[in-house]
Amino acid sequence: MMSVAPTIQPGFARPVHDSQAVFRTLLAALSRPGRPLPLPVSPEPVAPLGPAMAALALTLLDLDTPLWLDAEPGGEAAAWLRFHCGCPLVSEPERAAFALVTRPADLPALDAFHLGEAAYPDRATTLVIQVPELARGDGALWQGPGVKDRELLRVTGLAPSFWAERAALQPLFPLGLDIFFVTDRLLAGCPRTTRVKEA
Amino acid sequence: MYVAVKGGEAAITSAHELLAEARRGDPAEPELSLAQIGGQLTLAVDRVMTEGSVYDRELAALAIKQARGDLVEAVFLLRAYRTTLPRLVASLPLDTSAMLVRRRISAVFKDLPGGQVLGPTFDYTHRLLDFDLARPDGQRPPANEPEPPATTDDQPVAPMARVADILGREGLLQPETEADPCAEVGDITRDPLTYPAGRDVRLQSLARADEGFLLALGYSTQRGFGKNHPFAGEIRMGEVEVQIVPEELGFAVSIGSLTLTECEMVNQFKGGKSLPPQFTRGYGLSFGESERKAMSMALVDRALRCRELGESPGAPAQDEEFVLSHADSVEASGFVQHLKLPHYVDFQAELVMVRDMRRKFESRETSGEENGSERETALRG
Amino acid sequence: MEASVRLRCEADLTGLAGYNFAYLDEQTKRMIRRALLKAVAIPGYQVPFASREMPLPYGWGTGGIQVTASIIGPEDTLKVIDQGADDTTNAVSIRRFFARTAGVATTEDTEAASIIQTRHRVPETRLREDQILVYQVPQPEPLRLMEPRESETRTMHALEEYGSMYVKLYEDVTRHGRIATAYSYPVRVEGRYVMSPSPIPKFDNPKLTKAPMLQLFGAGREKRIYAVPPYTEVRSLDFEDYPFSVEGWDEPCALCGATDTYLDEIVTDDHGGRMFVCSDSNHCARRRAAAGEEA
Repeated sequence: MMSVAPTIQPGFARPVHDSQAVFRTLLAALSRPGRPLPLPVSPEPVAPLGPAMAALALTLLDLDTPLWLDAEPGGEAAAWLRFHCGCPLVSEPERAAFALVTRPADLPALDAFHLGEAAYPDRATTLVIQVPELARGDGALWQGPGVKDRELLRVTGLAPSFWAERAALQPLFPLGLDIFFVTDRLLAGCPRTTRVKEA
Repeated sequence: MYVAVKGGEAAITSAHELLAEARRGDPAEPELSLAQIGGQLTLAVDRVMTEGSVYDRELAALAIKQARGDLVEAVFLLRAYRTTLPRLVASLPLDTSAMLVRRRISAVFKDLPGGQVLGPTFDYTHRLLDFDLARPDGQRPPANEPEPPATTDDQPVAPMARVADILGREGLLQPETEADPCAEVGDITRDPLTYPAGRDVRLQSLARADEGFLLALGYSTQRGFGKNHPFAGEIRMGEVEVQIVPEELGFAVSIGSLTLTECEMVNQFKGGKSLPPQFTRGYGLSFGESERKAMSMALVDRALRCRELGESPGAPAQDEEFVLSHADSVEASGFVQHLKLPHYVDFQAELVMVRDMRRKFESRETSGEENGSERETALRG
Repeated sequence: MEASVRLRCEADLTGLAGYNFAYLDEQTKRMIRRALLKAVAIPGYQVPFASREMPLPYGWGTGGIQVTASIIGPEDTLKVIDQGADDTTNAVSIRRFFARTAGVATTEDTEAASIIQTRHRVPETRLREDQILVYQVPQPEPLRLMEPRESETRTMHALEEYGSMYVKLYEDVTRHGRIATAYSYPVRVEGRYVMSPSPIPKFDNPKLTKAPMLQLFGAGREKRIYAVPPYTEVRSLDFEDYPFSVEGWDEPCALCGATDTYLDEIVTDDHGGRMFVCSDSNHCARRRAAAGEEA
């Protein structure tokens, strides 16, 4: 096999302001689960990471965030993440502060990730799952803190068992997983407090 | 008619002007230079560097000048500057046994290899105000000093072995656990303290801690609140080289040297369930010549090790959470002084409540009726 | 030696060049941003964060300032209040800090602000979904008065052991015939974490529940961040037979005539003369302006 030195794709054009704008979108999305929001900036995608996932990574990851990645560790995306974020890659999901998932149908069991500790539930893994489509006004019923009455949101591309597995974690609260669903341009928050009822 | 108080903006601007004026003092007198502060108020600079966690004499001198000599304020200025600096690299551990010693004393041996070196100490001065110092340099009478001993020399003495290593060879001194080279050393500037704290972050907190607070705590252990029978095993002060291994070179290079004071306390210990009788240690380290700080730190470090040595903690100095969460002067000074900020909204809430409770109290007094407070009260919430 | 300091000074002090946008470096902002997201995900839970020394003293709003510095951008408009007023000296000082380090627009108008940083009050004007309220918090731990140790209170939160809090409130009831807590009145968030609403008067507690805006709480010295997401239940602790109630005044605001706002007591002379005026100076001014138009 030939290995060609990869040229690393650029990150944000204006790192300080772009990461601030993306963060506000993340904060708004997690505060209002089930409402997908458009990303304000769109860095070049690094296969298999789409622009939204790349923007999230540039905004939140650094050397203090062990990362689990379902793309190959020797690939372009891993090299890009190491270069721009400097985050250590881990192979065990339970050691990850963040997990970037580009093949949602092949996601490991949810309880394989770190669910936090009773005294420190904030230490739980944050999952970022890239899906084909986020369609508002249709699909599952979302309720909980941040949702005024209810939201309807359909997330495509997940394994059939996904929502049942997630619901099984809910009695463990305050332990749990916080999830961002991203498409290429949209982002929706799904914190551990959100109750999702499938249609 | 009453008009709500305005003018906060203007008041602050005026206060800043008054402060600048007060800082400068009498303009007929020459202004203090940073070189004067750095060169003549050296121990103030050392303390500000130590508690400010920045080894930079010029910045510390600037902070002292700006703070009008208030060292706690100067520490705060330096810390607020430090917090914006990037962390570029971790140095290799400092080797204090290779220190170019300017002062080195041991209270546990009469003499030892390398000897006792007093160095520039206040220790044996008589604390008499020296009125000659009140006059400028040129007008002072020549000092009436004995002939200097022939061997004394301002040059630092060559590296000398540490007393702890001498005792350690016989196994009489609790060995310092060899740090796991792969283990990350904690960093209290990047991760908030959690309890129980490891010794690494404990020592970091103590190194930044307010000298007065540590002094009082160390003193309290000597007076019986957590007695641990200390001896000053060794105090040394001098220059230590700082080395880093740049990624691209792969070998160590020196990037300069620091003046440090190190104190190793040796404490009597009768042994525990699994530990033979031996001496235990407490460790203190400070920038510059902050000797009182290093000694206090060593006493408190030893007191905080009570749990690992199977002693039952009880005294304030042995209480990790009490010591570490109150030791930082920047935190403490800020919070004590925030009482100056307006609290009238909360005070108004208290006023309304107290007045209301007094009304109820008085009407009860006059009607002589019992209030029904004894009945069952159900939880909610 | 002085030459090099002078160089540094020139580099750093012209318009705060040499400092990052909004003072904090990007690594610190990322750390705080991650903490904020976890705080939103676990409403009422105190997330530890590596609080920085700020150029303002601890206890003077460093937690709120660090939160604001981590969320604020060039598009934002910032309002800062202390005791409900924009012109209190510490509010002025914090507003200046952000004008200087981030160059953002500032305002006294509650409705024009996208971020409102506050100490001790919640504005009377109802906030909107697109606004964020940042509270300065001196002591984030509601159980601290009962238990000084962090290691203990953390376990109490983990085990949902809030009995001692109720015992304390109940002691008030037996001694005073009522719950004698007028500010920093503890609340329970979504039926799980007991939380301090910061030292706001309990008058403001009802404004926290099911509110449209995101509420962020920063405690710098104690190194904790917590949050109440929008539309989240925040209940003031009480007993069935001693329900939570708020203070009221016998007279209206002497300036705008409001009867539903929190009033400051102004001592007007030294013979016991006093008057009551709105603590929220912007709300009061707007009411007076509106009344003037009608007249």
